[in-house]
Amino acid sequence: MNTLYEPAIHLQQVSFSANDKTILKSITGSFPKGKITTLVGPSGAGKTTLLKLCNGLLSSTDGQILIDNQDISTYEPTALRQHVGIALQAAPMIAGTVFENLALPRSLQEKGLTEQEAIQYLQDVGLDQSFLQRPTNKLSGGQRQKVSIARTLINQSSILLLDEITSALDRQSVQEIETLIATINKKYNVTIIWITHNLQQALTIGHYTWVMMDGELIETGKSSLLNAPKNPRVAEFVQGVNA
Amino acid sequence: MTYTTLSLTLIFVLIPLLLSKTLKLGLEKDTIIATLRSIIQLLAVGYILKFVFEAQSYLYIFLMVALMILVATLNARKKGAGIKGITWKIALTLIVIEVVTQGVLLGFNIVPATAQYIIPISGMMIGNAMVLSILFLNRFTAEITSHHNEIELILSLGGTPKQAIHRQLINAVKASMIPTIESQKTIGLVQLPGMMSGQIIGGADPIQAVQFQLLIIFALLTTATLSSIMIGFLSYPALFNERMQILEMK
Repeated sequence: MNTLYEPAIHLQQVSFSANDKTILKSITGSFPKGKITTLVGPSGAGKTTLLKLCNGLLSSTDGQILIDNQDISTYEPTALRQHVGIALQAAPMIAGTVFENLALPRSLQEKGLTEQEAIQYLQDVGLDQSFLQRPTNKLSGGQRQKVSIARTLINQSSILLLDEITSALDRQSVQEIETLIATINKKYNVTIIWITHNLQQALTIGHYTWVMMDGELIETGKSSLLNAPKNPRVAEFVQGVNA
Repeated sequence: MTYTTLSLTLIFVLIPLLLSKTLKLGLEKDTIIATLRSIIQLLAVGYILKFVFEAQSYLYIFLMVALMILVATLNARKKGAGIKGITWKIALTLIVIEVVTQGVLLGFNIVPATAQYIIPISGMMIGNAMVLSILFLNRFTAEITSHHNEIELILSLGGTPKQAIHRQLINAVKASMIPTIESQKTIGLVQLPGMMSGQIIGGADPIQAVQFQLLIIFALLTTATLSSIMIGFLSYPALFNERMQILEMK
């Protein structure tokens, strides 16, 4: 990865195993501060696990993770998770309304969220204020993803981890979310790490790309690497996705 | 009641045996085992109680109560096998319940400090707490499994384990207490409680029997609340590690 940039997250020989199964194998690399890095690779490559390690939902079994040059284990877990936000792939919701879900990050810190703020966050993800009092079990898959994204933004984290947040969205919504994330990245200098299966998305929105396979980091560099991969396995993967 | 008269009550065992055989329910073996176990266990308890009541020794009372707590703990812990340290957590809960209930009853001279009172009341309190613990653990483990994503979500947003598990804890406490509260609402209207019926059959004044029954049901309310809340608050930290990550339940 380009060393001109200061890393927001640096992984040094990070491995992760669970139930006698190795999921990540000695990953070393950095996510540049203030940039969008996309994570691509086949299912089961360990991408989600990698994001959960960076948010502290999991701990590596080996190696070191530095967040803003500070060892992740020295962070207080709740402070780390507010600093490094994550939008989970399943877009889980607590039982209740959209507003209750949006207010959740603040209520965990015993703070409130005004209706006006909630409406603004909803509009940012392309939902109007009529959704505010809607029970979350009445939302479509795409609407859930949008609420999940809005909820992740409320902590105003410096680093955002996005796990396939547009997989259930229609084309127009995908574009709206891409624009929103690009704006957040530019306007607030938020570092974005985005798992996607959409290579076109990785090319257009990502400054950098990591290609992962079988728990290993195979190739990294500017997103344009996807146009001409050096590694034959990556080339085969890109060809397979584009076919 | 003579043993000859008692043996006539085995008719009540013959009826289900015959029905099971006729309808091919396949419950004959279990019915016979249950009958034999109740005869042996209750007769043994009867003789032990007779001995303890006559001895009036606090050591024997203590040993009887300790045995009740041990058996109840071993029975209830199976339901929380995935929770680290569940055995001592249940044991501690049952000890606190025994101390609180007997503390109030004996401390305020509500009942005399004799084996005849302490042992049966302890049996009712510990037995009820055991059932409550089983109900709580059943519901709590089911809630955690089915709401794993929600718990992880709250942690991911910067919540503490207590905040992450709050809903599941409250749901399990409520669910385990509902049977106790509901049964107390209809008490006396649908069925006469066992202890009260026993006293009345034994020739006691019905009003006195009711007074004792009230004492028991009020104490059972405390037992129900304390046992589910205590087990809940003692158990949930074991579901997380020091980095506030939820552990997989084994």
